[in-house]
Amino acid sequence: MQHIITALVENRFGVLANISSLFSARGFNIDSLAVGETHDPSISRMTIVVTGDDRIIQQVMKQLNKMIDTIRVSDLTEEAHVERELMLIKMGHTPKTRAEIVQLVEIFKGRIIDFNPRDLSVEIVGSSDKILAFMDIMRSFGIKEVARTGRVALPRG
Amino acid sequence: MDKTGAEILVEGLEKEGVDVMFGYPGGAILDICDCLCKSKIRFILTRHEQGAAHAADGFARSTGRVGVCMATSGPGATNLVTGIATAYMDSVPMVAITGQVPTSMIGNDAFQEADMVGITRPITKYNYLVKDVMDLPRIIKEAFFIASTGRPGPVLIDIPKDIQRAVYKNYSYPEKIDMRSYKPVYEGHPNQIEKAAKAIEKSKKPLLYCGGGAIISGAHEEILKLAEKCDIPVTMTLLGLGCFPGNHPLALNMLGMHGTQYANFATAETDLIIAVGARFDDRVTGKIDEFAPNAQGRVIHIDIDPSAISKNIQVSVPIVGDCKKVLSDLLKVVKPLKHPEWVKQIREWKEKFPLKYKNDDDLLRPQYIVEKIYEITKGDAIIVTEVGQNQMWAAHYYQYSKPRTFLSSGGLGTMGYGFPAAIGAKVAHPDKLVIDVAGDGSIQMNIQEMATAVINNIDVKIVILNNAFLGMVRQWQELFYQREYAFTDLVRYIDKDITTEDIKKDPSLFLPNFVKLAEAYDALGLRVTKKEEVTPALEKAFSSPKVAIVECIVEREENVFPMIPGGASVKQMIGGMA
Repeated sequence: MQHIITALVENRFGVLANISSLFSARGFNIDSLAVGETHDPSISRMTIVVTGDDRIIQQVMKQLNKMIDTIRVSDLTEEAHVERELMLIKMGHTPKTRAEIVQLVEIFKGRIIDFNPRDLSVEIVGSSDKILAFMDIMRSFGIKEVARTGRVALPRG
Repeated sequence: MDKTGAEILVEGLEKEGVDVMFGYPGGAILDICDCLCKSKIRFILTRHEQGAAHAADGFARSTGRVGVCMATSGPGATNLVTGIATAYMDSVPMVAITGQVPTSMIGNDAFQEADMVGITRPITKYNYLVKDVMDLPRIIKEAFFIASTGRPGPVLIDIPKDIQRAVYKNYSYPEKIDMRSYKPVYEGHPNQIEKAAKAIEKSKKPLLYCGGGAIISGAHEEILKLAEKCDIPVTMTLLGLGCFPGNHPLALNMLGMHGTQYANFATAETDLIIAVGARFDDRVTGKIDEFAPNAQGRVIHIDIDPSAISKNIQVSVPIVGDCKKVLSDLLKVVKPLKHPEWVKQIREWKEKFPLKYKNDDDLLRPQYIVEKIYEITKGDAIIVTEVGQNQMWAAHYYQYSKPRTFLSSGGLGTMGYGFPAAIGAKVAHPDKLVIDVAGDGSIQMNIQEMATAVINNIDVKIVILNNAFLGMVRQWQELFYQREYAFTDLVRYIDKDITTEDIKKDPSLFLPNFVKLAEAYDALGLRVTKKEEVTPALEKAFSSPKVAIVECIVEREENVFPMIPGGASVKQMIGGMA
């Protein structure tokens, strides 16, 4: 099962390397990992999406907690939480397809953020399902490049 | 006061109570060497950085204090790696200091540059690359704190040359430490302790299973009290030896792959495992699904490291905390108990299936030598081992009754650990007899430390059980690879069939000649080929003021039994009887 784990860590040199090294050394699979500074510049928040059975997830949590730079770890999967992912997607367009693409972007509440005669880039924010759905639809228009942030999450309340 | 990075380091070490360290100089650490030689700290120059790391480890394991080693950048630092990994696997408090190329050259593939923070990331509890001299005092303080608290482990501090020379104006060493992200838990949760007491009171066949954590936390007295109060037999892992008197009626000694039969029978039979600072390692459990079948769902696990709990087996009562504290709290709530049936059964197993070897002929066997070491020392020595058969015999035939008197590389299984670790232990305990029980293979891996020992008058005693084989690997080849002794025969002419008798008659059939080697280092060298020579030779070596090597030519194909093959269960135990 896929779990979404969030960790507050010291914003220090080498912390990201420590976490990725931990996952590779223990054979855990990361589906996505997003890192960024919080309102306190000495603290970063990591959002880690990882797949595994209960035993593996328990180990992931414990190993993350064990890291010296980890301030707090929580598994949000079963808790009320909000999560978002952002995708930038670039595709080709022609006078024939342009209107349809723009319409679809609107339906998905996306934004066109770059446009030139050959291709256009769209920003989509939402759940991973929504992002995957949009990407699937765009395949027929010819996707050129995709960049995704991976999920970020916060507990509710 | 203004101080340079090197001066800050040396003062920090002194403030942290370091009075001895082991190391090797080099270009990128010259500034620190220059300051160190003017300080009160005793610096022991080893002949290889690996020796320095193991010596710091032996110092730490035999005292419980932080061991310190030092090396220069690049190859000096990478030579520490095996020693750091050894310490990490066995939770040994250590601080390793390495020189690094100047910050401006980091990442440029400079001369003697290696990314030590990257290399040691998975084998240290924590590591630092010092980028600003202003951070150095805090880093030193933190390093010793992290190394010695919680589940101990090695911490590396990599200090670039320009940081060693940089000046910190108005410097002061921090008095206090505050790390919001690192707060080890020492107190066990009272509800969990209550639950554990209930489970113990309900159990008919409880078993204490104690590991290295019991020794690290100093829980030996509490283990003895709990065992006696609740009439619970005690089995130990290799690293747990010494946490409970080996000759106590409730002692089952070691369990697992080379455990005693009675310990493994007890494990198969018990209905409640009380694990104390042990981690259900594969060498202990064998086939995990068949481990302790009657205790499924009835496992109490006390450990300071939450990640050690429920890692390999399902635990019903996890207690995170310091073993000593948790056990003393548990002792307050648990009722006195008696298990006459269970203890009788254990006693019968002990009588019926003791550890034994063939000892009714004139042949010199390694087990006999270890027994004699025990007899002569009366158990009052620090025994250090290498890795392999020598290690298992030292675990089997010597009764450990005190913690920190048996030092061995358990987790990593590092050949070459014993001799330098013995040097470290002897430096910490100059009045104690420190003996390295070695094999002819392992001892050659750090034999260069003979010079370190002799020059510094660190008179450790090395007893080599020489079978002219890499014995443990050979044993596996005998049992599982149709006696194809690939790359394990250490005699001079491997195409000839050389027997134990041949080597006894002609020492040149094995290289090196350990007696001559001892003499070359101005140490005492003795060679033993017969049973009756063992005691006099050991007595002579042990009473000599010199570093001594006692080389014993033992039966070449003697095996360590009993044995449960890797990944098997107690049912597949082989070689119980000699």
